[in-house]
Amino acid sequence: MTLVKSLLVILLSSVLVNNYVLSRFLGICPFLGASKKFDQASGMGISVTIVMLIATAVTWPIQTFILDRFELGYLQTIVFILVIAALVQMIEIVLGKISPSLHKSLGVYLPLITTNCAVLGVTINNITDGYNFLESMVSSLGVGLGFMLAMILFSGIRSRIEESKIPTPFKGLASTLIAASFISLAFFGFAGIIDNLFS
Amino acid sequence: MFIPILTAFLVVVAVGLVASILLSLVSRYFGVEKDHREAELRAILPGVNCGACGFKGCDDYAKALANGTAKPNLCTPGAAAVAEELAQYLGVEPEVPKDVVAFVHCNGNCEVAKLDYQYDGIHSCSAANAMYGGQFLCKFGCLGFGDCANACPNDAICIDDGIAHVDTSRCLGCGICAAACPKKIITMVPQEARTVVMCRNHDKGADARKACANACIGCHKCEKNCPVGAIKVQNNLAIIDYEICTYCGKCAEVCPTHCIKEVYFPDLGEKA
Repeated sequence: MTLVKSLLVILLSSVLVNNYVLSRFLGICPFLGASKKFDQASGMGISVTIVMLIATAVTWPIQTFILDRFELGYLQTIVFILVIAALVQMIEIVLGKISPSLHKSLGVYLPLITTNCAVLGVTINNITDGYNFLESMVSSLGVGLGFMLAMILFSGIRSRIEESKIPTPFKGLASTLIAASFISLAFFGFAGIIDNLFS
Repeated sequence: MFIPILTAFLVVVAVGLVASILLSLVSRYFGVEKDHREAELRAILPGVNCGACGFKGCDDYAKALANGTAKPNLCTPGAAAVAEELAQYLGVEPEVPKDVVAFVHCNGNCEVAKLDYQYDGIHSCSAANAMYGGQFLCKFGCLGFGDCANACPNDAICIDDGIAHVDTSRCLGCGICAAACPKKIITMVPQEARTVVMCRNHDKGADARKACANACIGCHKCEKNCPVGAIKVQNNLAIIDYEICTYCGKCAEVCPTHCIKEVYFPDLGEKA
């Protein structure tokens, strides 16, 4: 029971409280770049979630069984970047073979994720937070879902912004950034909720 | 001292090596062969991604061409040369499209077009058009908010003196502006055309004249003077049939409101 509870806490807190985009400001580039339309945003969100899960499944063992064993913790960043880049490329190739339709819908976003700092961030944070393998996977799932939530919310807001009359100095990126900061502020309201939810 | 550096070096190299071996294995066994014709067809296309062919950019059109689901004459920016090259590559008969340019059929500039009301809404033609057909008394003319200019993939349209103007040397002939115009006053005319009707007003002569001094009043003078019968007045508006027109310029000479104008579209430059 305590295991389920602790996993739930990790999941919910990484979706809401520690939302990577809105509280930790990782992955801002796709958040601003690919959030113009709903289907684009959800496609990017799903791809990032999948890549985060697979990246964690690979990098956690590498950290624990190779880097930690040989006391090479300082190589974490460079090795993770290398592994994630290769991994995403591999996923793209395999996906093209196994499911061309999924490859077509995710195709554009996969190469973008290769250099996404949110993916690198979640794998490294899982290690720093001292999670075991199961906890790491749950945390990655939560972060991915949180990313998707932020993308979808923001795509809705952006389509509203696009149709409204905005004073010229605020047009385009300015209004987008202001809107993003407002959602970020709103998400800070979740701080403390999760701990009290289960106590 | 060199041992830690060496270990770090070796570990990174090993990880990279393993990753690259895995990648090449995966691409060997899972890789999907791309149609090489696709890339070669794509190389023939101009690559402006205007979407005039009806596909999502040149890549998509090349794919459709390779699949045999699209005709080779759909690329307007590439015009005859590209259509021929594509047809040759695919081994089919070329159906050569004519060079066309976009033309704005309105001369209701700030000086002559009378205002109906003061429009303060969104800076967009389609929005203004929704408000009683726009701010001008003439409900057929250019609104001048530049929906066409925004739609143009090659920045060939600018708004000057209240009406849209097409820079023919930059026009790709894709027709996107014609679709974007809520008044439908932009049409694609042959590049070799020498006379154009600068009006789209279907009102009766007196009403049209009241709304705009440059309007076509439907006087039939051009129709009577045309030696080949290429110009017809329909619904109080002169319309030139470019299939018949010989570009003699008679109609422009006799037009009392000078709404038929002689023009010269320069040879279209490099379209790339």
